[in-house]
Amino acid sequence: MAHEEVKLFGMWSSPFVRIVEVALKIKGVQYEYIEEDLQNKSSQLLKYNPIHKKVPVLLHNGKPIAESLVIVEYIDETWKDNPILPQDSFERAQARFWAKFIVVKWLLSLWKACRCVENEREKAMEEASENLKILENELKDKGFLGGETIGLVEIAAKIIAYWVGVIQEVAGVEIMSRQKFPVLFKWIDELFSCNVVNESLPPKDKLAARFRSLLGSR
Amino acid sequence: MAEDKVQLLGYWGSPFALRVKWALKLKGIQYEYLEEDLPNKSPMLLELNPVLKKVPVLVHNGKPLAESLVIIEYIDETWTHNPLMPKDPYDRAKARFWAKFADEKCVPATMSSFTKSGEEKEKAEKEARENFKTLESALEGKPFFGGEGIGFLDIAIGWLGIWARLVEEIAEVTLIADDYMPVLSKWFKDFLELPTIKEALPPRDKLLVHNKGFREMLMGGST
Repeated sequence: MAHEEVKLFGMWSSPFVRIVEVALKIKGVQYEYIEEDLQNKSSQLLKYNPIHKKVPVLLHNGKPIAESLVIVEYIDETWKDNPILPQDSFERAQARFWAKFIVVKWLLSLWKACRCVENEREKAMEEASENLKILENELKDKGFLGGETIGLVEIAAKIIAYWVGVIQEVAGVEIMSRQKFPVLFKWIDELFSCNVVNESLPPKDKLAARFRSLLGSR
Repeated sequence: MAEDKVQLLGYWGSPFALRVKWALKLKGIQYEYLEEDLPNKSPMLLELNPVLKKVPVLVHNGKPLAESLVIIEYIDETWTHNPLMPKDPYDRAKARFWAKFADEKCVPATMSSFTKSGEEKEKAEKEARENFKTLESALEGKPFFGGEGIGFLDIAIGWLGIWARLVEEIAEVTLIADDYMPVLSKWFKDFLELPTIKEALPPRDKLLVHNKGFREMLMGGST
């Protein structure tokens, strides 16, 4: 079998990079990890993701793929062991929907709320809270998001929940609280305690310091 | 085998419902179309898409799905004849990447050039033009994004050929500059002329009136 060359360009504090890393680990793919200094992007990163100039970027036998959810689907389709997306097409569609929701409406909306200027903050926080209510209700209704087998949605949720916890604490806001969203918290707690995900999480204090400096100048 | 029941909840003026319609038509799927009277959302819509409360919603044998690109991939995977997505995982990744690029880069810039004024409008117009130019590179010398024939990416972004032109007319901007991006401009024309595609288009004059009104509302009424 031909030698496969897999490289992942990432940045340690990016949850999107983590999601891709976990996918690679679950599949047992050997890869080289390249840490990017986003203040000083490598010529390779700019070459392989000229459009967005962001991480993560996966390079497989010289072919670059960008955008974390696109990368995960590629990984799932290329290395067939241990499927990350459900096999059933309806469940797979649900998983795609919720994965996007988790990234955009959970993480990014909460991140926005923490970075907003005063007069926009309340509205942004309300929006973030509404999005969390949607997750809470779906979990109350169905007991799970997306498919019934563990995969992308659970990986993304576990990682995003971790990041959101740190961001909230650093920003001094509490949009996602155990009292307001008990079902969501219970679900996150019970998510498979897969070592692969837990091992991938950066130390809380290190992540907190990073976000403190990102949010600090406000 | 049980008969498939397919329903599409849409809105005549929604480009996202349109691209799902295109997918259904290209697959030759029989479906029932239900027009939503937006903004008076029907109880059915609210029940089937409680999460986002938006059209389009595809209901297949009673099971609802939302998000047009998710729906299109579902259609492609469920009815496997006339495949829309490429076979090769790398080509599939590229198709998904570019669909996302169009939705997240071309569309917001187009919207901003539509609703903003002055310097902000100029900046948005330039940005939209550059984003469309970037999109052109994804054709990679082929007549369609899908190759010799149309595929997922063509139907994912083809609607912009109508809507961006409407924005150009109403807001007096230039987004798809024919001389700056001749290949993309040609692709839009060719795509929108295809019979299956053309048949599903909402009437342009109706869209023009609708979007003019939409713009007035967004810009606060009087100019």
